[in-house]
Amino acid sequence: MTSLARFQNDFADAIYDDARSFPLAGHAAFAVYRNTAMRACLDALEANYPAVVCLVGRDWFRAVAAIHVAESPPRDARLFTYGDDFADFLAAFPPAAELPYLADVARLDRLSLESLFAADVGVLSAGSLNGLDPEALGALCLRLHPATRAFAAPTPAVTIWQASRAGLAVNEELVWQAEFAVITRTDLEVVVTPVSASTLRLLNAIGAGASLADAALSTLAVHPDAPIDLNLANLLQVGAFAP
Amino acid sequence: MSMAPFAGIGFKPQHFDDAVRSAPADLWLEVHPENYMVDGGPRLAMLDALADRFPLSLHGVSLSLAAAALPDAVQLQRLRRLIDRVQPALVSEHLAWSSWAGRYVPDLLPFPRTHEALEHVVRNVMHTQERLGRKISLENPSHYLVLDGHDWSETDFLAELVRRSGCGLLLDINNVYVSAHNLHSDALAYLDAFPLHAVTEIHLAGHAVDETDTTLLIDSHDAPIADPVWSLYRHVLSRGGARPTLIERDGEVPALPILLAERQRANSLLTNEAVPV
Repeated sequence: MTSLARFQNDFADAIYDDARSFPLAGHAAFAVYRNTAMRACLDALEANYPAVVCLVGRDWFRAVAAIHVAESPPRDARLFTYGDDFADFLAAFPPAAELPYLADVARLDRLSLESLFAADVGVLSAGSLNGLDPEALGALCLRLHPATRAFAAPTPAVTIWQASRAGLAVNEELVWQAEFAVITRTDLEVVVTPVSASTLRLLNAIGAGASLADAALSTLAVHPDAPIDLNLANLLQVGAFAP
Repeated sequence: MSMAPFAGIGFKPQHFDDAVRSAPADLWLEVHPENYMVDGGPRLAMLDALADRFPLSLHGVSLSLAAAALPDAVQLQRLRRLIDRVQPALVSEHLAWSSWAGRYVPDLLPFPRTHEALEHVVRNVMHTQERLGRKISLENPSHYLVLDGHDWSETDFLAELVRRSGCGLLLDINNVYVSAHNLHSDALAYLDAFPLHAVTEIHLAGHAVDETDTTLLIDSHDAPIADPVWSLYRHVLSRGGARPTLIERDGEVPALPILLAERQRANSLLTNEAVPV
């Protein structure tokens, strides 16, 4: 290893790992680099997980996020992508156990972020399938819009996420149940739409490449009473597909 | 799009509406390209709208040109795509490193300016210029730590880098002031040794006293430009002539008119105090 490479190894270790063996790390001024890097990481996580911040408060969030930074420092200079494993970290973080919805809310924050930065293509309009005969419709394989994401949680994370993003208290009459949502982007804005379990299953089947007929069958196998027409109309309405 | 030697400002998304509606005709804007390396969506749409209206400068923070490895190929590709898309007047980076062995440190880190380091930086800058299809400029960093083992002064190192790679320089006068304070060196002597002929852009920003070690100044970009920095700026203009000058503000960002007033002060100096070049 060259001397510059060795210097960089030691320096980077000392930034994230508190390495004492690197003499420079003992200087008061070294803390400037350590603090700047940590602050940038925390600012990024705070920006990337706004609903989580709102639920737990900024101080708790930054204290917990600092533990995550030490475990999983950034690998990509695009810090708006930083923290892709933060929801998993929260799910396994014992002090967060009394907030069993927190990791789900973090996943929804993450999917919204992915949707925000996805590629620009048009949206398949709600009326564009009108006039197709049933056979042609059934054979159709629709393509998900690049900004479309599917979300399912065993907790009422969608309701909690929406209240949090709107800056509202969560309704005390919250029903503790699984919730589902479709995330889409129309007119450059990300929209999170709560949907039924069957709508989400239909979306996932279409996203996996199934024809509409096959996607309907696999949905009905799990949800025999699913109103497939309405589920599909719902997905078209929110702009889930590319033309 | 070329850039006249007027003053510009670092763009902040909260200023978008005001900037498009009421900014002076000769304003230019600088952005960090990393923030716009997305596939699509509102952020890229905003950059397109800015590029339609203003000359842009792309000021990178992540190519890690002072590392003992070539800059990341994918990151270079992303930067190239942005350059092709918005046709910036200026593209710049830093004499620093931030990525190493798969880790990214979101800061501009120092290194001993050895002969070996010079070889790496020259190679990295030339590689970058080749991949981007254009010349870039490198910014002098702010310093906090006294490092051992330098073979080169920073100004000589930069002059040699310019000579060998053909790159330009971005002179950050606040960094010069902050570094001279922290390393107990002489800012004027640094500026007098700086290869001003290669400067394509000047940065001006505010700084702050470090909260824990109050003997240190931090290049915090969260305050108005300090008077001694304005004095150094006038000194540079009187020696090197007018250059596009950027007002940087990244923290405690005020309303656009306040930044534009600071910019106007730089514009007046550019008009009245710069020697003809």
